[in-house]
Amino acid sequence: MKRFFDAELEAFRSHILQMGERAMDQTRLAMKALLEADIALADKVIAADDEIDKLEVQIDDEAIRYMTLRGPVASELRLIVVGMKASHDLERVGDEATGIARRARKLAIEPPLELYGDLPRMSKIALEMLRDALDCFVQEDEQKALSVIRRDPEVDNLNRALYRRLTSYMIEKPDTIARALELMFISKSLERIADHATNIAEEMVFLSKGLDIRHSDIGKQAVLPTPGSNPPV
Amino acid sequence: MVTTFAPMTESVASSVASRPVAVAPSTPVNPAARAIIEIDDVDFNYGAARALYDITLNIQERQVTAFIGPSGCGKSTLLRCLNRMNDLIDGAHVSAGQIRIDGVNINDPRVDVIELRKRVGMVFQKSNPFPKSIYENITYGLRIQGQKNKARLDEVVERSLRGAALWDEVKDRLHESALGMSGGQQQRLCIARAIAVEPEIILMDEPCSALDPIATAKVEELIHELKKQFTIVIVTHNMQQAARCSDRTAFFYLGKLIEYADTRTIFMNPANPQTEAYVSGRFG
Repeated sequence: MKRFFDAELEAFRSHILQMGERAMDQTRLAMKALLEADIALADKVIAADDEIDKLEVQIDDEAIRYMTLRGPVASELRLIVVGMKASHDLERVGDEATGIARRARKLAIEPPLELYGDLPRMSKIALEMLRDALDCFVQEDEQKALSVIRRDPEVDNLNRALYRRLTSYMIEKPDTIARALELMFISKSLERIADHATNIAEEMVFLSKGLDIRHSDIGKQAVLPTPGSNPPV
Repeated sequence: MVTTFAPMTESVASSVASRPVAVAPSTPVNPAARAIIEIDDVDFNYGAARALYDITLNIQERQVTAFIGPSGCGKSTLLRCLNRMNDLIDGAHVSAGQIRIDGVNINDPRVDVIELRKRVGMVFQKSNPFPKSIYENITYGLRIQGQKNKARLDEVVERSLRGAALWDEVKDRLHESALGMSGGQQQRLCIARAIAVEPEIILMDEPCSALDPIATAKVEELIHELKKQFTIVIVTHNMQQAARCSDRTAFFYLGKLIEYADTRTIFMNPANPQTEAYVSGRFG
């Protein structure tokens, strides 16, 4: 049975996806600004962060309104709760992208430091993770969400490897310390973006299965346990 | 020979409100509590018309169990089976299966139905105080059981009204007509009347459907208190009420039990799509 307020729920879902698109665009553009030393593009990314912040406020408002007026339960309640949490993660992705853009701006006026190493690869993986996590918001596919979670160590390892490489470089060439530190922060930002994608994926498992897998090893298991096991009737 | 249930804990004189909650190690007040009511493969008919199909569920002692479902799904029929109120309807009968309370088949011909209803009290949708004083409403059941001791009756009246969170509101007008009370007070009076005879189980058939939100909140608060002493089964059309008040929820549809689980599961993550659709207001 169709209800007169079903459209509100669909609008809410689509606003999360819209916010996700914006956060991914911001990350992509910030990385482009870094790799191409494009100050104008970095400025554009920095200026656009405000739009993501506004979307977070709007999504929270819609969620609170829906909870107040529509009394959601079951999968609808999970959607609203997960949507609020995901929007917070996406807002943080936007912040990380802005941080990358700010550092890209600084690096663009310095002599180039050809140590970007795996940053493009990290960015690619983090964005794929974010894309897949957001796809789960539509498909409610917990297996896809789990595959996102399992990719997170890949980005962590790349971040650690770059950190080690940059540390050695700074010891060898102390005049590069300031620039190398910027790259370390950028690497850390990409690692954080992958963490946010992981958070969203964990939330998607809750959305799909009603199972809270945060802070546990459940995400690493091949088969998820049955949530809220019903006592025998 | 008439099979009677074991006598109540003590005499009627023992207080309702202050009756200790018997929590022996073997009968913990928790989700693993023992099943006081066992409904086992029950079919029920109104004449030739089948109203319930193969219902099996256990109701735990000192918990609130909510029956939900659209009109005509059989939830009230099942509720009325639990103290054989359906006996009053011609042709209505349990056509298969068993309902056991404390292991006793309540439809056994040897069961004394009056004794059964003393143990399994009922509160109806519409408050139905007798056209008598507040005091006489409470003592009615005891009087017909032969209780005449004024001091004992006074004590039961006070404790029952306190138990129903009504004492402070009516203590100065106990001998006024119950019909002069507000709807919410009348319903709580009916609850007080039900607990005056010290039942173990209280059945509530949409007890708040005619009440305003404040009176509803008082009854819900009362349900929360009463479950410390009584097992409560409530039929409600109010989803939020079921979510707020009950420990376990059973969803019925077209005479069948669709899902029975702890209330959190039913409202957060039901296993059955029909349950999900109903609790979300998508059908029914």
